[in-house]
Amino acid sequence: MYPIVKKEILADKIFLMEVKAERCAKSCLPGQFIIVKTDEKGERIPLTICDYNREAGTVTIVVQAVGASTERMLKNIDTIEAFQDFVGPLGCPSELCLEENLEETRKKKIVFIAGGLGTAPVYPQVKWLHEHGVEADVIMGSRTKDLLFYMDEMKAVAKNCYICTDDGSFGFHGVGTAQLQALYDEGVTYDQCVAIGPMIMMKFVCLLTKKLNLPTIVSMNPIMVDGTGMCGACRLVVGDKVKFACVDGPEFDGHLVDFDQAMKRMQQYKTEEGRAKLALEEGDTHHGGCGQCGGDK
Amino acid sequence: MEGMTRVPVREQDPKVRATNFEEVCLGYNEEEAVEEAKRCLNCKNPLCVQGCPVSINIPAFIQQVKERNFEEAYQIISQSSALPAVCGRVCPQESQCEGKCIRGIKGEPVSIGKLERFVADWARENGIKPKKAEKLNGHKVAVIGSGPAGLTCAGDLAKLGYDVTIFEALHEAGGVLSYGIPEFRLPKKKVVAAEVENVKSLGVKIETNVVIGKSTTIDELIEEEGFEAVFIGSGAGLPRFMGIPGEQANGVFSANEFLTRNNLMKAFMEGYDTPISRGKKVVVVGGGNVAMDAARTALRLGAEVHVVYRRGEAELPARVEEVHHAKEEGIIFDLLQNPTEILVDENGWVKGVKIIKMELGEPDESGRRSPIEIPGSEYEIEADTVIMSLGTSPNPLISSTTKGLEINRRKCIVATEDTGATSKEGVYAGGDAVTGAATVILAMGAGKAAAKGIDAYLSEK
Repeated sequence: MYPIVKKEILADKIFLMEVKAERCAKSCLPGQFIIVKTDEKGERIPLTICDYNREAGTVTIVVQAVGASTERMLKNIDTIEAFQDFVGPLGCPSELCLEENLEETRKKKIVFIAGGLGTAPVYPQVKWLHEHGVEADVIMGSRTKDLLFYMDEMKAVAKNCYICTDDGSFGFHGVGTAQLQALYDEGVTYDQCVAIGPMIMMKFVCLLTKKLNLPTIVSMNPIMVDGTGMCGACRLVVGDKVKFACVDGPEFDGHLVDFDQAMKRMQQYKTEEGRAKLALEEGDTHHGGCGQCGGDK
Repeated sequence: MEGMTRVPVREQDPKVRATNFEEVCLGYNEEEAVEEAKRCLNCKNPLCVQGCPVSINIPAFIQQVKERNFEEAYQIISQSSALPAVCGRVCPQESQCEGKCIRGIKGEPVSIGKLERFVADWARENGIKPKKAEKLNGHKVAVIGSGPAGLTCAGDLAKLGYDVTIFEALHEAGGVLSYGIPEFRLPKKKVVAAEVENVKSLGVKIETNVVIGKSTTIDELIEEEGFEAVFIGSGAGLPRFMGIPGEQANGVFSANEFLTRNNLMKAFMEGYDTPISRGKKVVVVGGGNVAMDAARTALRLGAEVHVVYRRGEAELPARVEEVHHAKEEGIIFDLLQNPTEILVDENGWVKGVKIIKMELGEPDESGRRSPIEIPGSEYEIEADTVIMSLGTSPNPLISSTTKGLEINRRKCIVATEDTGATSKEGVYAGGDAVTGAATVILAMGAGKAAAKGIDAYLSEK
């Protein structure tokens, strides 16, 4: 068992858990992910690492309740004391956060764009860079004010932190791409962009950064089972090659990813009933556009 | 004539079993086992033993069955095999022990596999455990992977007094026995979990959720955790795909994914969260044992299932028994045919498969006649699910993170056959990680050889 040493509700349906997992805490790096399984009947859920503490032997994850297993986690958040299974780190670390690339990274002017839950995996990268003397800008976006989290933490490690909401309830009124465009309009430029968030958001960031001639790394989190390269469920097309997100990624050159196909693959286990349930639960707020539930189709 | 035919084994009726996940073969009872044991000629020079990759003293255990000394029979098997209840179920006996049986020349060979299964099941039901080492020798050995190779190597080393820890990447021990082979062929709780418990009862520790190459490395195990030798039995985990158009469509799965969702994650059982696609019309591509497992699983989930294989019936790599069972259950075999394209609907889902007919040409380097496409013979078949079962290759996670570990061009770890020694001192390997995808028993044989190799290495050190 892997004891949960800290729990916190960050925003609507978004919660944080700090988990004792010594082997993982010892070797993980920003950009990597873990797989957690709550109990015997739960799914294996891949989640990007949000923070880690090598001395305490803990790893922090941020979860959004979206499926049967994560909904159960949220429902039982007060009583759940430990996870049955917690494995990682999996995948490759972010290339920007490797000691051997530090000299190259220092030369770059970097902007991170975090959409929704994407704030969680962006944070450890910005933090790592900050600790290694690289100052990066961050654009943090969410649908509305109530879904924002980790603002203070991010501000503490980012050079400039731009916060935006789709509905204008907090910060810049508009999506992350609009904020990036606004910065470019003011004459700001970057050498490297890292975009992490819902697939539809990463797709639109890439469409813009292609025009801006700004190299962009994205982090893919498709459907997975084992997370070690065994099942091939997470395969996606990058350039003209088939890659497994779990072992070849999760980070890829965003300008080469086939997002339309990746989004279709996300819908594999979204049934008609599931979509109907979402529409009912979310009512008017369910406009689609997250690119993940297919509710807009 | 007396003794020419084997005592038939009871099986679930094909029509009934096609709708459940209960075990197909029901096995012998005591009377049937004793009756079958009487057919063994107890040869002076037993060829069956030569046919067994782990050299079980087959005539000796069968003689004990004949005398109803089932516990003694179990201890004889245990000297050579860590997983008899598994081997009795999934070994290709027809091409190994039973293939060499003298009885087979004029009649049917002795049902060695079914007798082994009976003995192992009897021992489990009667609480008999393999014998533990009397004292530990103080040497620590790490085993990577808890599949057949790893469990065998760990079990053998523990019996010799080594302090063994197995590291398993998944959340459950057993490797392919847990995630790959389905319940109806190898019950998980009754058989696999019990065999894993037997290995643990020898003193072996199993640490799950550790991905070697990620959570820690072989070099760290040796340098920081005090392991003096390491056995790599990490299997061949990476699935192959065909590289044809439409393969990324929704509804196309590797057999690994399909089977893992069902076997390891128990998607077929009520109350488990992991979903599985229950196709109505499923095409399984490939002709090996894994293809049969995937096809028969899809059938049990309620689908009409076609196995599409590019060679003919005689060339099917699957065991004869598996093909026979699959046919009885209603699997349709489309032989000498090969998919050329997966047809996809406007929402990205599979709607059919384009298939071309094949004929056999000259034998290729594997000795099998190579299939050649028949021009103009393409046709389309409707399908909502396609399962690719084209074999697997070793995962580079370990080889790429271990200094000085040599691999060949197929990404397999290079290891000697008799001792399992690799190019790196103190590191041994065996099973699919070395040979590429093969059988449970060959992996066990390699685990056994490596245990001997490690023992010799550490004894001299």
